[in-house]
Amino acid sequence: MVPLWMYLVVAAALFSTGLYGVLARRNAIAILMSIELMLNAVNINLVAFWRYQKPGDVSGQVFAAFVFVVAAAEAAVGLALIIAIYRRRQSVIAEDMNLMKW
Amino acid sequence: MDITIQHGVFVIFTLVTLGSALLVVTVRNLFHAALYLMLCLFGVAGLFALLTAPLLAGFQVVIYIGAIAILIIFAIMLTPQVTRVIKTTNAQWPVAIVVAVLFFVMILSVVSPLMDELGVDDWNADFTQEDADRVPDSTLTDFGESLVSRDRFVLPFEIASIMLMAALIGAVLVVSPDAILRRDESQPPPSDTSVSADTGASGD
Repeated sequence: MVPLWMYLVVAAALFSTGLYGVLARRNAIAILMSIELMLNAVNINLVAFWRYQKPGDVSGQVFAAFVFVVAAAEAAVGLALIIAIYRRRQSVIAEDMNLMKW
Repeated sequence: MDITIQHGVFVIFTLVTLGSALLVVTVRNLFHAALYLMLCLFGVAGLFALLTAPLLAGFQVVIYIGAIAILIIFAIMLTPQVTRVIKTTNAQWPVAIVVAVLFFVMILSVVSPLMDELGVDDWNADFTQEDADRVPDSTLTDFGESLVSRDRFVLPFEIASIMLMAALIGAVLVVSPDAILRRDESQPPPSDTSVSADTGASGD
């Protein structure tokens, strides 16, 4: 079998890629896509730890499934907010969303 | 460690995942980024299947690729400004690269078996194991039963469903046509009829 640390390294690389995207992209939808990458990295870690540490217990898979649910809710609400802001300001650039900034 | 066919499949899925993830955060056209995101999610689904979690691989394909990625594509098409955006990154992108690389190195320093040489004894014993236990055949039925059994996960399951419902209602309310949002505003702008007319069609 592929040893566990390989999965952890892959998940770390995926998370770091998403982190770069969140910090560097200007488009709010691109930032949301990067957040999806980070959530996927977390899920890889959860499933890998379940597989290598406690494959007889199903709790790890249930945890990963709840991460799916949270990701779906986050994507729906985030995209709705972005579309609402786009209607008001005609922009999805994160730097333009300075309505609550002082 | 002998190289098996599983290593080859792992390397393929890893390359697909990480390569398309890099393209997601760097490519200029946002629509292409969404398509690369779908490819990346397919790679992650392959990793799930390799970890003998076929149910989660199916979830990944159905929920992420079938629902979330399509939702993102819808949002991209509803906010059309792909041609107007010149720069894709903000002014802090060099700092972002440094932060991401530092974060990766930090996780690597935790994961890597070099911790053994730094004086942590017997800590990484499970992290380099090559043969884990077999996954029992009843995993799928256990998964289903644990979600509805009272002494396991029925409460988180119900809370998650309520949260999903709340997110759905909230999303509909946030993007609903301006008629609901502007009801209590005293003076609606007169030039707003055309805007609310064409957004009302998409918001219904």
